[in-house]
Amino acid sequence: MSNHEDRPAKAEAAASGAATPGERRDGYRSGPAIAGQGLTKRFGSVLANDHIDFEVEYGEILALLGENGSGKTTLMNLLSGLYFPDSGQIYVDGQAVSVSTPADAISLGIGMIHQHFKLVEAMTALENILLGPRTSKFSLARHRQEIERMCKTYGLTVDLGKPVYDMSVSEKQTVEVVKVLYHGARILILDEPTAVLTPQETESLFAILRRMKQQGCAIIIITHKLNEVLAISDRVMVLRRGRSEALLQTSQADLRSLTETMVGHAIDLKINRPTYAAERQKTLLAVQELSVIRPDGSQALDQVSFELKTGEILGVAGVAGSGQKELSEALVSLTPCQSGSITYCGQVISGLPTTEIYKKGVSLAFVPEDRLGMGLVGDMGMPGNMLLKSYRDHRGFFIDCKPAEQLSQQLKETLDISTPSLETPVRLLSGGNVQKVLLGREIESQPQVLITSYPVRGLDINASYTVYDLLNEQKMKGCGILYLGEDLDVLLELADRILVLCHGRVTGIVDARQASKETVGLMMAGMTLKEELA
Amino acid sequence: MSAKRQEQGNRNDSGFSRALLKREPWLHIAKRPEMGKKRGGLLKMASILLAIAVGGLFMLALGYNPLTLYMTIINGALGNAESWRMTIRLMIPLVISSLAVCLAFKMRFWNIGAEGQIIMGAVFATYFALYHTSWPRLPLLLVMFVAGAVGGALWGLLPAFFKARFNTNETLFTLMLNYIALNVIVYFRDGPWKDPGSSGFPKIARFDKVAQLPKLAGVQIGWLIALILVVLVYVYLKYSKHGYEIKVVGASQATARYAGMNVRRIILRTMAISGALAGIAGMVQASGSDMTLAESVAGGVGFTAIIVAWLANLNPFGIALTAFFFSVLEKGSSVMRSSYNLSAEFAAVLQGIILFCVLGGEFFLRYRLVRRSGSKPRETQVREV
Repeated sequence: MSNHEDRPAKAEAAASGAATPGERRDGYRSGPAIAGQGLTKRFGSVLANDHIDFEVEYGEILALLGENGSGKTTLMNLLSGLYFPDSGQIYVDGQAVSVSTPADAISLGIGMIHQHFKLVEAMTALENILLGPRTSKFSLARHRQEIERMCKTYGLTVDLGKPVYDMSVSEKQTVEVVKVLYHGARILILDEPTAVLTPQETESLFAILRRMKQQGCAIIIITHKLNEVLAISDRVMVLRRGRSEALLQTSQADLRSLTETMVGHAIDLKINRPTYAAERQKTLLAVQELSVIRPDGSQALDQVSFELKTGEILGVAGVAGSGQKELSEALVSLTPCQSGSITYCGQVISGLPTTEIYKKGVSLAFVPEDRLGMGLVGDMGMPGNMLLKSYRDHRGFFIDCKPAEQLSQQLKETLDISTPSLETPVRLLSGGNVQKVLLGREIESQPQVLITSYPVRGLDINASYTVYDLLNEQKMKGCGILYLGEDLDVLLELADRILVLCHGRVTGIVDARQASKETVGLMMAGMTLKEELA
Repeated sequence: MSAKRQEQGNRNDSGFSRALLKREPWLHIAKRPEMGKKRGGLLKMASILLAIAVGGLFMLALGYNPLTLYMTIINGALGNAESWRMTIRLMIPLVISSLAVCLAFKMRFWNIGAEGQIIMGAVFATYFALYHTSWPRLPLLLVMFVAGAVGGALWGLLPAFFKARFNTNETLFTLMLNYIALNVIVYFRDGPWKDPGSSGFPKIARFDKVAQLPKLAGVQIGWLIALILVVLVYVYLKYSKHGYEIKVVGASQATARYAGMNVRRIILRTMAISGALAGIAGMVQASGSDMTLAESVAGGVGFTAIIVAWLANLNPFGIALTAFFFSVLEKGSSVMRSSYNLSAEFAAVLQGIILFCVLGGEFFLRYRLVRRSGSKPRETQVREV
């Protein structure tokens, strides 16, 4: 696809005579950067995008809001050349263009930052940034200088020599941003960029986006977090079932009106927090001075101690990579403990292999962060996934599928899981339904301890509230729930107590009914509870 | 703003390269939504038909009548009882080793070493065939059968152990073991097992009558073994706990560990069974068809098995069918070659064309070509000259 690079300069010069409305500084224009007219895309029987019209100007941030499956990502894939529209026309700078490959999109100045980063782990930031663009210069030093200069303009900080595997999520994201900017993008599309970020990281991303906006970039940000839409965007387009429901100025929108447009009906945004009778509470899980070392030798958890009681939701807050993953995995023996102990109702379970733990009658359920990569088998249907935890229960050499099928049918009805058939591979279901399958299976084992790792990550509002309701229901049955969360607002509303982790240490355990967001935020940054009170 | 940005800004602002203003491309590749089983099957049929058509064109181009050549292939492979027998004989080791490969592939363990496992199975069985001819026939054959399975299993366990323990690359490991196995035969042929009655010519003696597999319906009994194994492997994969574990480990080892499975044990166990199956194929080939241990006991079957298993979508019954098709092609083209005095390469090219079309059809299972819609005129249409 590089042929257009070699086209004679004459043609380009001739074309440059075309209309150039109001030049801005840096060669950016004001006026519409990218627009779509009647964009339609159909997948089999699903109309993913149905005659969508929009436009974004330079120096503007457009938020694209919609629930899962509303067609946000499809629309962005049309703009970035991954899909080709069935009908409709894309305009860049007012000219009708055809974006048939991602390379076309790049040469049109459209840069896409995907939800799952497309970086080569083994390479450094600099090498990743230089991957792809067709340049005739090979001087790394010159590229480095130019990139550094560009970073300064946009206020981005990147350690160019750092290998990607050493980077935190937000560092990786910055590399992605620098990469598309360096490839000449002036129209940036970000697909759920905050899904993997902590509140602080989100704030710094927004600062970068505002800076880019001032520099004249056009930005489209896909999200389903309403607060973020209100915080960052100039205009917002709401998609529902593939159709554009509304295109309005953010200043004229509020939480309630946006939710209602997005969901299609009024919903209650308050998260319930029922209280379990304190006198009935007893300790289920006691963790004492637990330390875990990562395979690379770094300390993931450092002398973590806490107790989990019946009928409570213990929230775990912390900056991404503070040891949350290791904590959840150590509790179910997926990660070996270096020292310390985990006691379940008086029995020490640390150091035992997972199978042994289940054999001991420990009723522990775990909803891992990576749903399709760890909690479920994406290629199997619901019954196959139900069997994952229970296939051993039945004696003999052969597997008994009947109970799993009945359970699937029952979950499908009670949790309202929408799937074409029980045997449809779960990877084809929407994020919310995948989570319902996983959570449903784990709850079905009637656990006494339920560990949930980012259970609403990537889910839409309706699905998130379903998850909160399910967790509350378990809590009221006396289940002790460890909730690893990223959205501090949710943690403060849903949890009973919040344990804050920073660099693998517990900086404090606070009562969620009384704690403020600021306190928890400071503890996430490493201040201990005592210092905070002092 | 840097010069670089300025430069890029200018390039882009000066209007996009013409290619982008052009109409959409004539053809582009688009990912297909999941295809139903029925349509997938139809697509495979279509690609086989296409293969036959393209092969026909090739024959035409060389001045032969494709119809007669194809008829020769079919007649050569299935024309009379004798040719049927020959075809089935070719099919036996292919089916069994495809099943072996299939088990490992279900677990996403890329066992390229069926060839070596076949050989080791044959070598182990041969020891008993050469040195225990005093035993009664049935026990001897049973011991040979078990020895074949053990030989293959050990050869399969070797890479599995290193994979489970040190996460070595199984593709290279199993591939390299093939050559070692091949030279193990050469060692025995030229050394300890050299036939004293062969007047200096290095070969292993012909098996005694008691060490030869009996015939059933005119063909060695291996065909019955193969059929039984097809059913067993199907049941094992589909209904047993082991089969379920294999699928989960294949999908994601993290999920398997999460579910409390012992991933190492499953890898070792599955590779042992996979190797054992290949070893059985070796035993059956040596004792039923070759009546001796020759260097060519595997003869590339271990590699063809990979294609067969893959084409059959890792379904044991599909494997039986595909292996039959391959054997017909193999047998038929050798007859065609001799009756028209064609070179061996002619048959090889023909087989290549057919395989290419069939495997190429797999592409369309996942992707489709979309032609530009042609109907809607675009506002800015810059035609390329």
